[in-house]
Amino acid sequence: MDFKGSVFLEALGSKALIQGVQLTIALTVVAFVIGLVIGLVVAILRDSRLRVLRAVAWTYIWIFRGIPTLIQLLIFWEALPQLIPALKGQWFSPFVASTIALSLNEAAYAAEIMRGGLLAVDDGQRLAARALGMPPLKVFGKVVAPQLVRVAIPPMANDFITLLKITSLASVTSLRELMTNTQTAVASSFRFAEWYGAAAIYYLVLVSIFMLGQSWLERRYVWTSQARGPRSIMRAIGR
Amino acid sequence: MTGRILDEAVIRELAGTPTTEYVIEARDVWKRYGGNDVLRGVSFGVHRGDVKAILGPSGSGKSTLLRCLGLLEPIDGGEIHLEGSRVGVRESRGRLIPLPERTLARLRTDVGMVFQRFNLFPHLTALGNVMIGLTEVRGLSAADARVTASTMLERVGLGSRSTFYPSELSGGQQQRVAIARALVMNPKVMLFDEPTSALDPELVGEVLSVMEELAREGMTMIVVTHEVGFARDVAGRVVMMDEGRIIEDAPPDEFFGHPREERTRKFLEAVR
Repeated sequence: MDFKGSVFLEALGSKALIQGVQLTIALTVVAFVIGLVIGLVVAILRDSRLRVLRAVAWTYIWIFRGIPTLIQLLIFWEALPQLIPALKGQWFSPFVASTIALSLNEAAYAAEIMRGGLLAVDDGQRLAARALGMPPLKVFGKVVAPQLVRVAIPPMANDFITLLKITSLASVTSLRELMTNTQTAVASSFRFAEWYGAAAIYYLVLVSIFMLGQSWLERRYVWTSQARGPRSIMRAIGR
Repeated sequence: MTGRILDEAVIRELAGTPTTEYVIEARDVWKRYGGNDVLRGVSFGVHRGDVKAILGPSGSGKSTLLRCLGLLEPIDGGEIHLEGSRVGVRESRGRLIPLPERTLARLRTDVGMVFQRFNLFPHLTALGNVMIGLTEVRGLSAADARVTASTMLERVGLGSRSTFYPSELSGGQQQRVAIARALVMNPKVMLFDEPTSALDPELVGEVLSVMEELAREGMTMIVVTHEVGFARDVAGRVVMMDEGRIIEDAPPDEFFGHPREERTRKFLEAVR
């Protein structure tokens, strides 16, 4: 079998992959956060009393979920600058283009998850908060949001992992993230197994770290006075 | 069985200077849902320290009336008055415009509301539920709110349950937390929307006794209920609603002894 352990280790420790990982993390986190904010707005508009706003939100989700992410990236990176000269400037870098494309794409998915979460929060909760005299923002921030977060954690975590892997598509914008740098290395070394293997390991590690974060977050959203995950179970049985 | 619930100062204030004006009043209130008139010109009010019980079949508009009084629903016609002044709308060029939600929110702090299904906030402890109005609406510091809220929880008999989450409490305990949550805001009137209807029979008593004590201490209350016993023993007046109208409004002896309306007689026979 033609697999050189030394090349694999060299790939794992290479500057190219480590820098690629950093860009991948940055792109994922930024696109996710922006996607969450836009997604929340779209989710709220989706159930707006005004038909126009509902239509806008529906169309947004329809477009950004309907067009393949790869094509969206190419549209933002190549097609839009052709149509809008202002985007030909230096500032419209691969990172900017990829961030915009992936954020807008992520928002479409996040919107549907959050809409489900909003529907899952009992109407009586808003009613009770309003009856206490809370203004709208507090009703949302102090009463609805914590309950929304709880139901949205598992699907949002799933979504985050998908986004993390989808950032590899940003290699079409020549953004030097993990996937691009792997391909560049492969192109000059022809050591496919070692480099792709190393890249796969990095993605796995990133996802694993994130999964730890998810389970920590889920434990924080268990609303009972005793149980707070495995550690308190140990305490409960006297260890 | 229940001890004092309200602060001495509040009780004294409630006892002093009886007024002729209503604390809260509905004047010819109309409310439409879809194509249905749920309230068709309801007029009634409660004096300070009085307890009014509202009876009536389901769908007669009792809960809707409470929500309109609590300024939680806009009304389609008529007026709501709080301590003599009209609330919920402002006049602009001869037309009435509902107040924005932010302004309504401030007015709602004067009206305490207790719901059939408790509607406690599941992500907060019993204490947290009672504190949240103080910290988020009244602007108290967490430390001050904690002291006030703990006292109120103790007075409804739940001092030992303050760190429990709603899911860990019985229905009766949850409803008492909900009452404490509303009371701690020092409302001018308390509205109860079938507060015992979702409870197991053996838990009804603990909630009713808290409400009885509140009535004794002079709290102004409107109680939508199916508890005929409570209406007879605690209420100063009993109101019968049917098809969006008030069809009978009388002191309990008269209401239960010799109701004027045939509809009331039939209803009372059915619930007894």
